[in-house]
Amino acid sequence: MAHIPDGLLSAPVLVSGAVAAVVGVGLGLRRLDERLIPRAGILAAALFVGSLVAIPVGPTSVHVLLSGLMGLMLGVAAFPAVFVMLLLQALLFGFGGLTTLGVNTVNIALPGVAFAALLGPMIRRADNGRAALAGLLGALSVAGTGGLVALSLALSSSDYTPVASVLLATYAPLMIGEAFVTATIVAFLGRVRPAALQPAAS
Amino acid sequence: MPDDPRLRLVAALVAVSAISLLRTVPVAAAAFALAALATALRRPEPRFWRRLLHVEMFVLLLFVTLPFTVAGPAVATLGPFTVSGAGLWRATLVALKVSASVLLLRVLLGDLEPERLGAVLRALLVPERLAHLFVMTARYVALIRDEARRLMDAMRARSFRPRSSRHTWRSYGNLLGMILVRALERAERVQEAMLCRGYAGRYRSLPLDAPQARDWACFALLSGAAILAVVIDRL
Repeated sequence: MAHIPDGLLSAPVLVSGAVAAVVGVGLGLRRLDERLIPRAGILAAALFVGSLVAIPVGPTSVHVLLSGLMGLMLGVAAFPAVFVMLLLQALLFGFGGLTTLGVNTVNIALPGVAFAALLGPMIRRADNGRAALAGLLGALSVAGTGGLVALSLALSSSDYTPVASVLLATYAPLMIGEAFVTATIVAFLGRVRPAALQPAAS
Repeated sequence: MPDDPRLRLVAALVAVSAISLLRTVPVAAAAFALAALATALRRPEPRFWRRLLHVEMFVLLLFVTLPFTVAGPAVATLGPFTVSGAGLWRATLVALKVSASVLLLRVLLGDLEPERLGAVLRALLVPERLAHLFVMTARYVALIRDEARRLMDAMRARSFRPRSSRHTWRSYGNLLGMILVRALERAERVQEAMLCRGYAGRYRSLPLDAPQARDWACFALLSGAAILAVVIDRL
């Protein structure tokens, strides 16, 4: 439940989310050379498809967010990529929302970009231990998103605080699934196409 | 309903923003009733209702917690917990607002073609690069989804059964890795093809027809109703 729907958050939270998203998307677009747009767009489409796959974890099934991987493969350009994916999702499936587009973009993209910037150089360098680091990246990114979603709810109304903590508990299976799947994807890409682990925008 | 996609997108944004500002249950209920009526008139496919259920998970979570945690006079007791009227009221309000927004978005934006939205976004002053990125993503999602479906059919043909195990996670990881590798190869081919045809970061987007008087009228009606709802709500 990373996509907060319309009608839940308060106006100040929505507006600050939108402002932060504009800054992030703007930064990302500046790094995204015109000629890299096809690559970024197709990569975003592939990551979007990946997030539609339902993966069983324990008694439930989860959809991976792949935000850490996005940060690794796209760098700051993950902000516009996430924005585009969320807009598409709102238009195609009626998921997420329009007014929450900014908040959701920041909640999903920011942890991925930040943790990928932190762990990315090590992941690209390391040969053994790469999978473990990538798993950590996936888990941390999802945890960061969970924290931000809970924060958005708690800041909107103090009545939501208990809901926010329940929500955090539901992120545990997500973190497990995300960690294992991200680790495998990165190990696979490292073997088959190491260049893919470099950010598209640079 | 405005036919013009630009006005429809703006009207949706106005209406949904207005709904998220509502504070009283009667007005939210009226908004929900209108949105539900409009949805029912359009006869959505059964798949839509299943997706709606997914969105309502948030609402369910609120209904389970809010009546017990919001302080107020108790209307009922469940063992050691008391249900407060204020909490119940609050949960109803949020449920109505979230549901009305989802239904309205579906009605207003459900049949827009994503491939054609690039020109719409440009017309609404979205930066050109962002509009390009959107068009590229929208174009390739359907294609890559088919590719993913083929890869998953191949896994199933080798009697892969998803379970909660490391084997499953590793298999899905490899599947997604393969999807990404194929996407990157496709991106290279697409990029070369585009460069061959003189792409230099600019497209010609097809001109959109000017909105008709009917579009403007529908747009005015919708946004007027949205603003009126907020005003009544605050009275």
